[in-house]
Amino acid sequence: MKEMILDYIRKEYLEEDDDMPLDENTKLISSGIVDSFSMVSLKRFLEKKYAVSIPDEEASPEAFDTVTSIIALVQKFQKGA
Amino acid sequence: MAYPAAVKESWQATLADLQEKGLFKQERYIHSPQSSHISVEFPADAPPREVINLCSNNYLGLSSHPEVVAAAHRGLDERGYGMSSVRFICGTQDVHRALEHKLTEFLGTEDTILFPSCLDANAGVFEAILGPEDVMISDRLVHASIIDGIRLAKAMHDTYKHGDMAHLEDKLQEHADKRVKVIITDGVFSMDGDLAPMDRICALAEQYGALVFLDDSHASGFIGRTGRGTHEHFGVLGKIDIITTTLGKGLGGASGGCVSGRREIVELCRQKARPYLFSNAVAPPIAYGALKVLEILGQSTERRDKLERNQHFWRKGLKEIGLVIKDGHSPIVPVMLFNAKLSQDIARDLFYEGIYVIGFFFPVVPAGQARIRTQMSADHEIPQLEEALLAFKKIGAKYGILGLDKKGIIEKYGM
Repeated sequence: MKEMILDYIRKEYLEEDDDMPLDENTKLISSGIVDSFSMVSLKRFLEKKYAVSIPDEEASPEAFDTVTSIIALVQKFQKGA
Repeated sequence: MAYPAAVKESWQATLADLQEKGLFKQERYIHSPQSSHISVEFPADAPPREVINLCSNNYLGLSSHPEVVAAAHRGLDERGYGMSSVRFICGTQDVHRALEHKLTEFLGTEDTILFPSCLDANAGVFEAILGPEDVMISDRLVHASIIDGIRLAKAMHDTYKHGDMAHLEDKLQEHADKRVKVIITDGVFSMDGDLAPMDRICALAEQYGALVFLDDSHASGFIGRTGRGTHEHFGVLGKIDIITTTLGKGLGGASGGCVSGRREIVELCRQKARPYLFSNAVAPPIAYGALKVLEILGQSTERRDKLERNQHFWRKGLKEIGLVIKDGHSPIVPVMLFNAKLSQDIARDLFYEGIYVIGFFFPVVPAGQARIRTQMSADHEIPQLEEALLAFKKIGAKYGILGLDKKGIIEKYGM
């Protein structure tokens, strides 16, 4: 799941010539890599890919700030399903 | 009246946090009309200082133009100070209708509706025309007021990488099943000064059956051969479904904005757009002033031509002294400094050299992209720009950044 999400973030949010190091603990929202307005596509990707429904109130910038926290969020709703 | 101490303290903490992060905005008091040369009191209570103004949106130098001022006076005399009403009750004068007709003609659309500001136009238009079965696909660097408008609408939203047509096409394919698809972009991006490729956007819109929305606030009056805007520059005049723009920049600089475009869209705004329905009509002196601006622009392209010459001179001059700028074709010329503190220090030092500019940094611009945004005006004369270049050279040398590229500046100052 980690690599899948990292790949999506690279493709969706970084430029091709961006050599920014990115791993599961890189701050995404608070560092400005993903702006909170554009994170909607990441949410849709997660919902489709992992067949979960993440309520808007749970999709906070804090919950989406690292791939680690995103995985925790997805797993929470996978378990709940 | 209850003002709980805990609430007060939490707001004080928020303000203190802004101060600490250097994000606290302080107003500068200007003691003269808007112009290329102004008298600025800063900090508060300091004696006003005469400075060359490189940070206004007075692109065409019409904010204090005698003919525009005289027209506004005439409006005041003939139609009064204000309407004390929203448009649809008793706030619409003949002059509002005349201005809407003239804007329609100028922008090359079917119809136009005035709003109190372009922020209001952007806040109102999407909610008025779109529903849950629709999608709004916006460039990631659109103006904050568009983001607010998108948030108020019930339609789904998505974004594409700034200016990236392949990414936009991916998104149009992804949302092919939506009833209405709207591509949303600024014409000239306010922080970078680059232009949206409207010809390619229109081609994609046609291919995928999408509408095109263009906020041309930083273009109306001077981009394109006759100043009609970004759509004229790219040869797609008449093909834009929704244009929003402001009367608060090139077109006179006072206030007011509009939605201009397809007849049905404009009519839906008249029936449903909340900022139109629930705020006062544009004041009569402003409507008179804006009509005069359009008349002046219809007579000659002299002002936009001078602006173009000024921006070429300025871009060339900044490059020659060894500063890094964002290339482009608009009067917005960002001097890239990358480091936030450096942008603030240089802006402050330039002020004491008689040059008024503002430094911008994250979150106003992306992290590591701090800059001083300079803006040209048709009001600037070449000797003023030469003086400003000398100041940039002096301060640039003081900080040792002349001749350094992005990498060099970041090595010296960090991001």
